Amino acid sequence: MNIEIQNGRVIDPANDLDQITSVFISAGKIAALGETPADFNADQVIDATGLVVSPGLIDLCAQLREPGYTRKGTIASETAAAAAGGITTICTPPTTKPIADNTAVVDLIQDRAKAAGNTRVLPMGALTQGLQGEQLSPMHALSQAGCIGFSNVREPIRSSLILVRCLEYAATHNLLVIFQPQDADLAADGAMHDDTTCTRLGLNGIPESAETIEVARNLLLIEQTDVRAHFGQLSCERSVKMVMDARERGLNVTADIAIQNLLLTDENVSGFDPNFHLIPPLRSQLDRAGLRQALLADGFQAICSDHQPHELAAKQAPFAATESGMTGVETLLSLSLMLVEQELISLPQMLHKLTAGPAAVLGTELGALQPGSSADICIFNPEQEWMLTEQNCRSAGINTPFLNYPLKGVVHYTLLEGQIVFQQS
Amino acid sequence: MFEQQDPNLIQLNNAGQLKHFLTTEGLSRELLTEILDTADSFVDMSAQQVKKVPLLRGKTVVNLFFEASTRTASTFELAAKRLSADVLNLNIKTSSTSKGETLKDTLMTMEAMHSDMFVVRHSDSGAAHYIAANVTPNVAVINAGDGRHAHPTQAMLDMLTIRQHKGSFEPLIVAIVGDILHSRVARSQIHALRALGAAEIRVIAPTTLLPRHIEALGVKVFTDMNQGLKDVDVVMMLRLQKERMQSALLPSEAEFYKLYGLTEEKLKLTHPDSIVMHPGPINRGVEIETAVADGPKSMILKQVTNGIAVRMAVMSMSMGGQMTEQQAERQSETGE
Repeated sequence: MNIEIQNGRVIDPANDLDQITSVFISAGKIAALGETPADFNADQVIDATGLVVSPGLIDLCAQLREPGYTRKGTIASETAAAAAGGITTICTPPTTKPIADNTAVVDLIQDRAKAAGNTRVLPMGALTQGLQGEQLSPMHALSQAGCIGFSNVREPIRSSLILVRCLEYAATHNLLVIFQPQDADLAADGAMHDDTTCTRLGLNGIPESAETIEVARNLLLIEQTDVRAHFGQLSCERSVKMVMDARERGLNVTADIAIQNLLLTDENVSGFDPNFHLIPPLRSQLDRAGLRQALLADGFQAICSDHQPHELAAKQAPFAATESGMTGVETLLSLSLMLVEQELISLPQMLHKLTAGPAAVLGTELGALQPGSSADICIFNPEQEWMLTEQNCRSAGINTPFLNYPLKGVVHYTLLEGQIVFQQS
Repeated sequence: MFEQQDPNLIQLNNAGQLKHFLTTEGLSRELLTEILDTADSFVDMSAQQVKKVPLLRGKTVVNLFFEASTRTASTFELAAKRLSADVLNLNIKTSSTSKGETLKDTLMTMEAMHSDMFVVRHSDSGAAHYIAANVTPNVAVINAGDGRHAHPTQAMLDMLTIRQHKGSFEPLIVAIVGDILHSRVARSQIHALRALGAAEIRVIAPTTLLPRHIEALGVKVFTDMNQGLKDVDVVMMLRLQKERMQSALLPSEAEFYKLYGLTEEKLKLTHPDSIVMHPGPINRGVEIETAVADGPKSMILKQVTNGIAVRMAVMSMSMGGQMTEQQAERQSETGE
């Protein structure tokens, strides 16, 4: 099937491209940009006049809840939601039930994702068996089965010796290790950032040190083992600075930030709204300012959604008794556009953090629009207003503070490998 | 992004009257004074032969205690009965795994019984806010203590006790001593004292028992009790839970008593007319010396008596606020 996308503002941050032109798609790949290739007959023409045509978004962390937590969401429901949000590639953490520490689970996730056909799903494998922090997972086999990287999520690896061995083993096979740093003791029972609002509300706090201590330890051991490493969903200014310093010293480390940590602060919790119960927590204004500063300084490579859908009951309790996390795949693009609207960064710079940036973290060819690339494309109107509502929400979860909130940035088409997987009705 | 909605607006109706009583934070001096004045009138009444008024006649008050309590539960019960309400006491054990469901299910059951008021104690901060936001309209919620967040009726009975002995709050230096970190009482006292205009509020505790940036609530922090007690008019002691020793917050009860226990010796540092308060139950020899607890400056039993009056005041005021709101709704429905 041949598709021509006409007249859109084509922004491809990987190739520094930002111009009004046409994109030609053939056999699931980008055939050409600009001039119609010889012998190309479009089966379908998409008029993208007034719209932005960008590579499909890559989300480095979204929980799909399957297997094990299908009351919260399924691979089919959450990838459909992601496609509606312009996302074509999702990395999903190993926090399924059973945990993704064996190839059966990894195969199941990929099979279900293929059957749904909405987005590409790249599973992360567990770094240790059962995320228990004691024995190595079969990383090589998991990698062969399709795991893009390995994480122990926020489960502790208390023994530094075991952690070193995990990193050495990953380095042996040139595998990516993903840290979602949190010291289990310092964060224990914590429900929000440990500061004035936390003191006022009488909640248990999660201090910055819960994150920064782990970042520091991990960086030292990354240096020692020379493993390829990535830090996911950093929340503290200090953490990002440490990663930036390490990069300056030549370490092969990258980082991403969840969009909500670039927009919100701990003060949003002051009404006990469980939709703001997030781990890592929303931090102070200073932290948010520091993260935004780091965005300007290219201090991290990607922005992710940290999508965590929940069933209603999970959020129907007093704040600390609710489960943490908010949905995000449907709002990732619109919330990221706020950074452009706030004149913090340009539209191409923002799209870099959602396409070429995360692609570089994963070491994949995705996230670009040059001839030969997989035709993963997001076509959207950055100015058009919309609202995520209980009715139009595709995710099984409606647990986001941005429900019924005026947003800008409407996705018109999402293409995965040259197939239209989402079209705005 | 997101207008900072005042979380305390939930406890007031459109006319600015109480319809729930969840926290002392954000309430005006006028409203707090009204609570104290109303309570004062009930104090007088308690001394009379007939101790009942019909303010809550025909209303059903449910005491929902998800956390054990004898004194608070019984004073609420007594307060409700003196207001002529029908009272149902429910002590509900919660398991940590099913907390959320239990609370929601319990509420739905209680609503189905057509209760008019819930008095709630729960171990989670924000539980009373959650309940107030999720119960059917026209049910008043009174917070009898939620986690570390608030215990507003305790704070108001303390304020009543202070006012009875000191007259006005403006000239007072008040010190709150002990486990501030885990104390809902301390937080509610601080908000009330600030609103009522106390000259200076101090907290005295070791750093392990102080929440982060407590000074942002408008208090002066002292880690040395001898400095902190200097010229203080009111000493408010807090209860120290035994578990604090196990969680490495303190080395021993003995060391805590030596440094932060209120003794006659340390009391000499305070203003000569100072008074001593404690929310109870007291740990003699842990946070307070027996001679002080039973001494002339001690207001501990007076606090209990005042507790009934204050609870009668907020119960009757909240019910009044609910009824005003219902009336307004009915009027707007009939287009009057």
